[in-house]
Amino acid sequence: MARFEPVLMRGIGERDLTDIETYKQLGGFGALEKALRQMTPEAVMNEVSGSNLRGRGGAGFPTGKKWSFLPKDGRPRYLVCNSDEAEPGTFKDRMLLEKTPFQIIEGLLISAYAINAAQIFMYIRGEFLEGYRTFRRAVEAAALQGYVGKRILGTDFSMDIIVHRGAGAYICGEETAMLESLEGKRGEPRLKPPFPANAGLYGMPTVVNNVETACCVPHIVERGARWFASIGPEKCPGPKIISVSGHVNRPGNYEVAMGIPARELIEEYAGGLFPGRRLKAIQPGGGSSAAIFEEDLDTGIDFDSLAAKRTMLGSGGFVVMDDTTCLVRASQTLARFFEHESCGQCTPCREGGQWVARMVSRLEAGEGSDNDIRILNTINNTITGTNLCPLGDSIMPFLASVLKRFPEEFAAHVKEAGCPFRPARVHAGAAS
Amino acid sequence: MTPERERRASELARRYPQAKSALIPFLQYCQAQDGYVTQQAIRDAAEMAGITPSEAESIASFYTLLFKRPAGAHKIQVCRTLSCMLRGADELQRHVRQRLGLASGEASPDGRFYYEEVECLAACDRAPCLQHNLEFHYDVTPQEFDRLLDEWRASEPAVSMPAE
Repeated sequence: MARFEPVLMRGIGERDLTDIETYKQLGGFGALEKALRQMTPEAVMNEVSGSNLRGRGGAGFPTGKKWSFLPKDGRPRYLVCNSDEAEPGTFKDRMLLEKTPFQIIEGLLISAYAINAAQIFMYIRGEFLEGYRTFRRAVEAAALQGYVGKRILGTDFSMDIIVHRGAGAYICGEETAMLESLEGKRGEPRLKPPFPANAGLYGMPTVVNNVETACCVPHIVERGARWFASIGPEKCPGPKIISVSGHVNRPGNYEVAMGIPARELIEEYAGGLFPGRRLKAIQPGGGSSAAIFEEDLDTGIDFDSLAAKRTMLGSGGFVVMDDTTCLVRASQTLARFFEHESCGQCTPCREGGQWVARMVSRLEAGEGSDNDIRILNTINNTITGTNLCPLGDSIMPFLASVLKRFPEEFAAHVKEAGCPFRPARVHAGAAS
Repeated sequence: MTPERERRASELARRYPQAKSALIPFLQYCQAQDGYVTQQAIRDAAEMAGITPSEAESIASFYTLLFKRPAGAHKIQVCRTLSCMLRGADELQRHVRQRLGLASGEASPDGRFYYEEVECLAACDRAPCLQHNLEFHYDVTPQEFDRLLDEWRASEPAVSMPAE
C-alpha cells in the first residue's frame, strides 16, 4: 500500500530542519512570503476556512471558524500557541518543536497576520526544556533574517514571539487554564463563557491554536484550500500525525491522511503486533479517550469516524494493547493520572478522580470487591459532564469502555484476590 | 532582592505585557540557582509581580516542577503512565527504587539524588523513558539505568533544574 507523502514531517529524520538555511532550501518561508506579499489577511482566513482544517490539539474545532469569532472592536488581539503537550500517549508536538521549529514559526506568523494579532505567545510544556531551547534559538535565527520582528520581509507587518515555558501541570493544556498560567496564576480553567475569543489573555480577544494546527497553515497557503480539503474525509481533512505507542514493533510518529483505517496504521506503518500476540484494546486519542477493540479495526482514524464509535481522535495518541495487557492495571495508570492532574476546582473531578483511582488500585492489588465494580459501572454519569473543563470528563471513558467489553477481567481480580496477569508477584505479596 | 535578581526580574518582566506573567520564569530562574524555590525567592517573586508572598506561594505550589523544599541535586523522574507501563516501566521503577533506596518523592540524605515517578513525558515511542534534570533518556532498561547512574555519581550537575 502506498505510503502518504509527508507534508508536516517532510525532511524530519533526513535533514536538520533546526537549521534555518536547510528549512529555506526545502521551500521554508515561501508561504509567509506569499501571504504577506500577495494575500490580504481576509484572503488567508478564507483559505484556512475553506480548507476545513480542524484543530489538532484535541477538540477538533474548525480553525477558520475559531479565528472568525474574534470581535472587531479595536482591542489588541493575541495568538497563543499551545505546546503544552501532555496527553498520555501523545508525542507529536514535542517532535515538531525539536525537529521543525521554523515550520511552527512560519505557521504562527501567517496565522497572526490573518487574525491581525498584536503578539504571539508560545506556551511550551515545562518538561520540554530541549524543545524550548530549540524553539528559542529558532526564533532568534528567524529574527536575524527578518522573519520575526519589525517590518517582516520589508512589509508593514511586524510581529514578535514571546516564548514561555510552563512548570509542570497537565491542566495547562486546557486553553483557559493556559491563559491563567500565562498571566502568572495557578492554572485553573475558567468558566466559559466568556470564551477566549472575547476575553482571553489579559482579558483581550485571543485565539489558542495547537502546534500541529499552526504547522498546517503554511501548506494551506502554499498549496491551497482545495488541496488540503481533498486529503481524507470531507469534514475533517488533511494530513495528520498519529503518535503510535504500546505493543507494536515500530512505535513512532506517523503522518497519514486523515481517515486511515486503524488496521492499516498498525500493520503498514507501526510494523504490526509482536509475533503470536492478539490485539486487545486501543486507545485511539490519548489517555482521555474510550477504547476501541478488534472489531473496530476498520474504523477510520479521524474526528468524525471515531466520534461515531463513541470515542475520539483527540490529540492523536494511539496506544496499542495486546493480549498480555491487564486492563485493570492499564485503567489504574490512567485513573492515577487524572487523580494527580485534577486542578481541584470541581468536586466531581477532584473527589471522583480520587475515589476511582482508589477503587481501581484496590482491584489491581487483589483487595477489591464486587461492590467496587458495581460502583465503577454506575459512577460514569456522576463524574462525566459535571465539571468546568474536559479533565473531569476524561476520567471515565477508557475505564468504562474496557469494563463494559471485558467485565470478566475485572471480576477475576476480585475472585482470585489478585491480578491474573502477574500471579507470582501478587502471591508474593508484592502488589504495588 | 539582590541586585542580580532585581536585574533578572525586571528583564523577565519586560518580556511580557504584564509583569505578573514573569512570575513562573522568575521562580524557575531562582530555583536553578538555589536548587529549590526558597522563601526568599517567593518574597522576591511577589515583589516583582506586585502580589502578596502568600499568593505567590499558592501559585508556586500549583506546579510540579517547582520544588518547595530542598531535593536532591540529581532529579530523576521516571514516567509511570500507560505507554511506558506497557513497555517495562514497572520493572524499571522497581529497579530504580532499589538502586537508589528511595521511594517516589524522596531525596537521599546526602542531598545528591531525588527520585520521582511522574506522568507521561511525551516520549512514548521510546518507552520506558525518564528525565534527569529535564534531560530525556529513552529506552531505559535496568542495565542502561545502572550505566547512567554511574555517570551521574561521577559528576556533579552544574544546574539541577535549568531554567533556560
